[in-house]
Amino acid sequence: MSGPSSMRTPLERVRGLGSAHTGTSDFWRQRLTAVAMTLLIIPVIVVVIMLIGRNHAGAAQILGSIPIAIILLLFIVASVWHMKIGMQVVIEDYIHNEKLKIASVMANNFFCVAVALASIYAILKLSSGV
Amino acid sequence: MQTYRWTLTMALSIVHRATGIALYFGTLLLAWWLIAAASGPTAYANVQAFTGSAIGKLIVFGYTWALMHHLCSGIRHFFWDLGYGFKANEREALTWGALVAGIALTVLVWIIAYAVGGGR
Repeated sequence: MSGPSSMRTPLERVRGLGSAHTGTSDFWRQRLTAVAMTLLIIPVIVVVIMLIGRNHAGAAQILGSIPIAIILLLFIVASVWHMKIGMQVVIEDYIHNEKLKIASVMANNFFCVAVALASIYAILKLSSGV
Repeated sequence: MQTYRWTLTMALSIVHRATGIALYFGTLLLAWWLIAAASGPTAYANVQAFTGSAIGKLIVFGYTWALMHHLCSGIRHFFWDLGYGFKANEREALTWGALVAGIALTVLVWIIAYAVGGGR
């Protein structure tokens, strides 16, 4: 198909983005989120250490402050995205039964979206102070 | 598998994946903690009772190491992605560095955590 006699131009072949038709987007996003977390890890650890030994009122006040909420939201989005891609790679590497693989990839998506939305909802609730 | 001589980089490749999977399920603890903080004092006290228990501390310590190791091991992958560190001695040095740094950072974080939060 992509041999010398192909009628497809090189550009068209590139736009096909390979057999998965998504090209290197997962590869890129895995690195993007990894770099984001590398930058965010020190602020996140500082936040966690700030919370150690505090009661609920103290913790809720700290978690509800705007800069801390934003740091945690960024970290949650980056980490959940990163782990969704990572787990999918693991599934695709080890599960070869097609139906089980599709079910596992779906379960992975459900788990990651649930963890992300539950965490984001909690932070937004703490920020709005209700 | 038996045809390969087991090397440090191979072992750490598996550990990178294993810590990734551990962190994946560890986010449940993080989500539980945030939801509890949003729910109220009783729910938050439950989380604190768990993280303060012996088994809870062990899990959080293990989580800290998994995170620090995966981070350092991941930084090693950045070097490789950028095209550096592929010589035999460089590969070994990066891998040992990630292993040692992961453990060192874990201990450092816990020392700081106890020094800052221990008295509260």
